[in-house]
Amino acid sequence: MNWQLLPQFAMTGLLAGGPLALTALGLVLIFKSSYIFNFAQGQLLLLGALITWWFAVELNLPLWLAIVFALVISALMGLLIERLALRPMTGQPLLSIILMTLGLSQVLQGLALLVFGGTQRNFPQIFSAANPYKITMPFVYNDNNIVIILKQNLVWSFVVAVLGVVIISLFFRFTRTGLAMRGTSEDHELAQSIGIRIHRIFGFSWALAGVVATLGGVLLATSSGLDLSLSVVVLAAFPVVLLGGLESIPGTIVGGLIIGLSQGLVSVSKVPIVRNMSEIMPYVVLLIVLIFRPEGLFGQKRIERI
Amino acid sequence: MAVLRPAGEFDTSYASDMATIRQRWQWWLLLAFVVALYALPFYASQSVVALVNRIGITIIAVQGLNLLTGYTGQISLGQASFMTAGGYISALLVNNLGWPFFAAMPAAALGAGIVGLLFGLPSLRVKGFYLTMATLAAQFIIPWFTRNAFPKVLNGAQGINVQVPVLFGIEFNTPQRYIYLTLTVLILTTIVAHNISRSRLGRAFVAVRDHDLAAELLGINLFKYKLQAFFLAAVYAGIAGSLAAHQIRHINSETFNLIDSVMFMGMLVIGGLGSNLGPIFGAIVVEMLIEGATLFGPLFISLFPSTAAGAVQALRPLFFGAALMLFLIFEPRGLAHRWQLFKAAWRLRPFSY
Repeated sequence: MNWQLLPQFAMTGLLAGGPLALTALGLVLIFKSSYIFNFAQGQLLLLGALITWWFAVELNLPLWLAIVFALVISALMGLLIERLALRPMTGQPLLSIILMTLGLSQVLQGLALLVFGGTQRNFPQIFSAANPYKITMPFVYNDNNIVIILKQNLVWSFVVAVLGVVIISLFFRFTRTGLAMRGTSEDHELAQSIGIRIHRIFGFSWALAGVVATLGGVLLATSSGLDLSLSVVVLAAFPVVLLGGLESIPGTIVGGLIIGLSQGLVSVSKVPIVRNMSEIMPYVVLLIVLIFRPEGLFGQKRIERI
Repeated sequence: MAVLRPAGEFDTSYASDMATIRQRWQWWLLLAFVVALYALPFYASQSVVALVNRIGITIIAVQGLNLLTGYTGQISLGQASFMTAGGYISALLVNNLGWPFFAAMPAAALGAGIVGLLFGLPSLRVKGFYLTMATLAAQFIIPWFTRNAFPKVLNGAQGINVQVPVLFGIEFNTPQRYIYLTLTVLILTTIVAHNISRSRLGRAFVAVRDHDLAAELLGINLFKYKLQAFFLAAVYAGIAGSLAAHQIRHINSETFNLIDSVMFMGMLVIGGLGSNLGPIFGAIVVEMLIEGATLFGPLFISLFPSTAAGAVQALRPLFFGAALMLFLIFEPRGLAHRWQLFKAAWRLRPFSY
């Protein structure tokens, strides 16, 4: 262990958990209302970032306007996907639905490559790259105070991500639509019988997932650049969702932090093979979760009957 | 699907009742087909032979997935990673220990099977897409292992070169020669898969798929059969991986990747889940589709000159994804089901039912 690096990497890891949590939030939103696990979330993220880039750089709009436009378009895209691809799958077995979202992910990835090309792009900077925050830790190692250096975009991405999760949590708790979505997630037929239009709820949750994906995409693109590999990020978000619990919105934050922290912690090691484990750490955590607590930290345990 | 047979065709013994191929003319037809396949290098161009070769190897991998997903109902996104395992084991045995290919391939199949068992272990506790996630973990952990573990033997992300298989002094170094290997193995795996599916094992698989709790109440040991399904799927993947690695003569952690795993699942759905014809139809259609996308690319670029050269790469996932989605909406039982309908219609002709 490189002990003097430990606080730095732990902190960076924790902060990296923020965008992960935001990505995971998109997955949970759809799962909560319609029991669909969306493997195409990464591509939604990518398209959201690409559309923002197009408005901001190609059309030279101010960035905030570009983001607003992209959010509207991605919401419409979410609605369209729900209507065209997922509604015909109502009542189909799990396998078909999983494959539908996988097929969707391939189509969207192909579309992104076709329309925007595979080149690496510079995404407009939202948070300045210079002047990173420096925090001096109160403890001493080798006669030097440990200083943690945090890039501004990392910190602010984290703040935005946490804000997003908090807002969505409040939305689910206090608004009529949010409550209707929770009702729908409990039981589709029951929700229908008390007058909730469940198809509208499904559409709304896909639109919301598109919005969240775009936000996540913009945050990730502004800190790490924009190319087609952005969609791969979501593969690290699947374990976050399972760790936090598939139905739990606060779980995404906790899961994101744990996964981010675990990635940061293994990066501290002096042994190369352990250090390289940071890329598969989400999946190692995932396997541990699946074996010892399959429902996740805050998920619902399901009991099956014949 | 009711069993529809031409008039006057009756079973007179248990053997003929169990037979897969009932009529003499069907045997002749099959023989002609096999001969036509084996004679392919004499009348087809090298690129066609290479394509058939690739399709054959893909079919083997998808057959394994069919046993796991089609019959047992356990969704797996890790099939390509078991191919990676099989390919590496076979390559190492041949390169480093000097084994002949024909001993290394079964060993690779067995090794991949054991890896598959390992990643099938969570199936005791979880199912549905929780299990999908566990297989997805295999898709990350196995390639990672080949990149990072034993750098002296596995050569990290560079991967290793694989020797050409040799039998009786014949080097299988061109597609025209390699196809004999692929076809022979493919015929064997097809026979084995077909017979597994109609034996006690296959019926237990189907019971687990249709309702696992009910199957358990009937006395089927869920854990045992799920693990057997994982083992078999990985064995098939190991064979396919070994064949592919020795054909490409190189293997690294990205030779078989997540996209391949998704493709295998897609092929299975397009072909037809839980049918022995499914993997064959699916692999052929999807590989042709991808080949078509490659041919279609130049035309596309000439129509829209502004698109980047990456357009051809974009068309592949686009075609595949669109085909998969359309099949899921309009024919979720796949081409094999269409084929059954067609056969029934043919036998009932001129009546509609």
